Amino acid sequence: MSRNIFSRKRQIIEERSLSERSFSFIFILLVVLFFGIPLLWLMLAPFDRVASYSIKWPNWTLSNFSTINENPYALRSLVNSAVFSAGTGLLVILIGAPASYALSRVKFAGRDAFLYVLLLFSSIVTGTAAMVPLFLLALKLNLLDTYHGVILVLTGGLIPVSIFILKDFTDSIPKSYEESAQIFGASSWRILRDIVTPIIRPGLAVIFVWSFVQAWGNFLTPLIMIRDVNKSPAANMMYSFYTEGGQAILPLVGAFSLLYTAPVLLMYFYVNKKYGFRFYGGIKG
Amino acid sequence: MSIVKIDKITKVFPGGVRALDELSLTINDGEFFALLGPSGCGKTTLLRTLGGLESPTNGVIEIDGKDVTWLKPGARNIAMVFQDYALYPHMNVLENISYPLRVRKFSKEEINRRVSQATKALSIEDLLERKPSQISGGQQQRVAVARAMACTPNLYLFDEPLSNLDARLRLEARTFLKQLQRELGVTTILVTHDQSEALALADRMAVMDKGRIMQVGSPAEFFHKPANVFVACFIGSTPMNLIDGVIEGDKVLIGKRTFNIPEKIKNKVSDGQKIVYGVRPEYVQVSKEDGHGSASGKVKVMENLGTHYLVTIDCDGTLFRGTAPDGSEPKSNSQINLRAEEGRVLIYDKQSGDLIQ
Repeated sequence: MSRNIFSRKRQIIEERSLSERSFSFIFILLVVLFFGIPLLWLMLAPFDRVASYSIKWPNWTLSNFSTINENPYALRSLVNSAVFSAGTGLLVILIGAPASYALSRVKFAGRDAFLYVLLLFSSIVTGTAAMVPLFLLALKLNLLDTYHGVILVLTGGLIPVSIFILKDFTDSIPKSYEESAQIFGASSWRILRDIVTPIIRPGLAVIFVWSFVQAWGNFLTPLIMIRDVNKSPAANMMYSFYTEGGQAILPLVGAFSLLYTAPVLLMYFYVNKKYGFRFYGGIKG
Repeated sequence: MSIVKIDKITKVFPGGVRALDELSLTINDGEFFALLGPSGCGKTTLLRTLGGLESPTNGVIEIDGKDVTWLKPGARNIAMVFQDYALYPHMNVLENISYPLRVRKFSKEEINRRVSQATKALSIEDLLERKPSQISGGQQQRVAVARAMACTPNLYLFDEPLSNLDARLRLEARTFLKQLQRELGVTTILVTHDQSEALALADRMAVMDKGRIMQVGSPAEFFHKPANVFVACFIGSTPMNLIDGVIEGDKVLIGKRTFNIPEKIKNKVSDGQKIVYGVRPEYVQVSKEDGHGSASGKVKVMENLGTHYLVTIDCDGTLFRGTAPDGSEPKSNSQINLRAEEGRVLIYDKQSGDLIQ
């Protein structure tokens, strides 16, 4: 009797899953094509002598890369991007980690409101609306055309979110770790160094990579703050691969895009392998 | 090897919660002392204040005659085992145990000597390379104790160290903790909400409520002579009979029946005084025979406790609990006689709740 019910149930599930499966197959296929085709283009176009918007078996060549190599600004812009991104990542960690630790451990009235307001305003700092005041501020402080100027502005924009995520990480560390170390006689600095930092290291890695990628992809801030083409990052350099008529030189754009994407991807894989991007604490689930 | 003296400690948390209220207590040298109480009674706050993790609003704490009230936690030479053990997840067992010693800048040889001594005593030598997440709860607890032991403190503080273990392991760990404490002979203070743990482990114990001490004494004293209604209610695996009554002559009137009161307090009560009549179910005998006891009633509930039954009897609307041995238990709804054992009856003043003796 009960076996009957079970087998009928299974049958129903199987019938349903057949139509459901074919639907989800088509859906996933569409999604894969949507994201996959541009990626495929990115993989093929740089190696094509005459790349266009279409995807076709390329006319294999490496000449696009050598053209870029000959461009005095192209490779330099990648170095600039690395400087901006690494600097921003490090500064975000240096400021965000202690701040989030303090905010996690010290309770004061309006702490949560403070955090949310910070979060709310963070998108303004590097947003379009703040660009004119930021430019004027940078002009007054002699920060235009400097690496540290761009790094400071980018860091300012990323600090609130990183504090928010890191605070969640530190919140998830039981207080008893620190308290037991305290009883064993460890100083506050020692506890921070020996206990807290190693435990939130995956969180720090996540925040570093995230800030790095944000800075690497940021276009607006360096566009406004950097005049000197020698200090331009790769995101801005992309716009120099145009003909005088305003047409994109697709093989060069493709090749440069590949060079531009590769470091970030490699870094992602490295950190993912090392820390596994467990978003425990930050984004649970 | 220390005497802990707590003198009128008060702790008021911001927000006005009075966790400790002019609490005084002395813990003797080498004693295993348990702090017991319902959650929120202030027992953990007291332990944390002793450890220096909380600072008192008022009062003095002395360890071996030295005022440590405002001393940093690390300067008190104490070790604390936390409820969650607080084993550092990124360090292996060896690193965990040696961490306090490294903080205190012991020499490498001394660290090795102490670690091997502690791990041997707790038989965890095989786990040294493992991470805390790779060992069982019972093993984690041993590692936490070993870490405390390696510090050779003057005082151990245990914050519910057994509550994260499953029931069977808890009994094992209990025996083992008691044995270890005997061998080390170091003053130990244990916080627990589990009375069987306190009764089994402690030389002396204190029951706390609302930041005050309700009674201090040996586990036997707690069981046989709870000092007030709160303790009487709190202690004991079967709930004590606590029944409101009124003194009438040299007897106590409960409902429509009178019961004897202990001989030696007869001159300490007055006619018409409202009291609470207390007796443990273990000392209430139940019998089917007539003329056996001082009251009779109808069996309402029978609860099997293994070796005996807990019997709830309705005597004209007043509920008594007694026990009957397995095998001679009465039937449900049958009429039955009950008698409280002489000398086991405790009379509490209704108003103050204190034991009259």
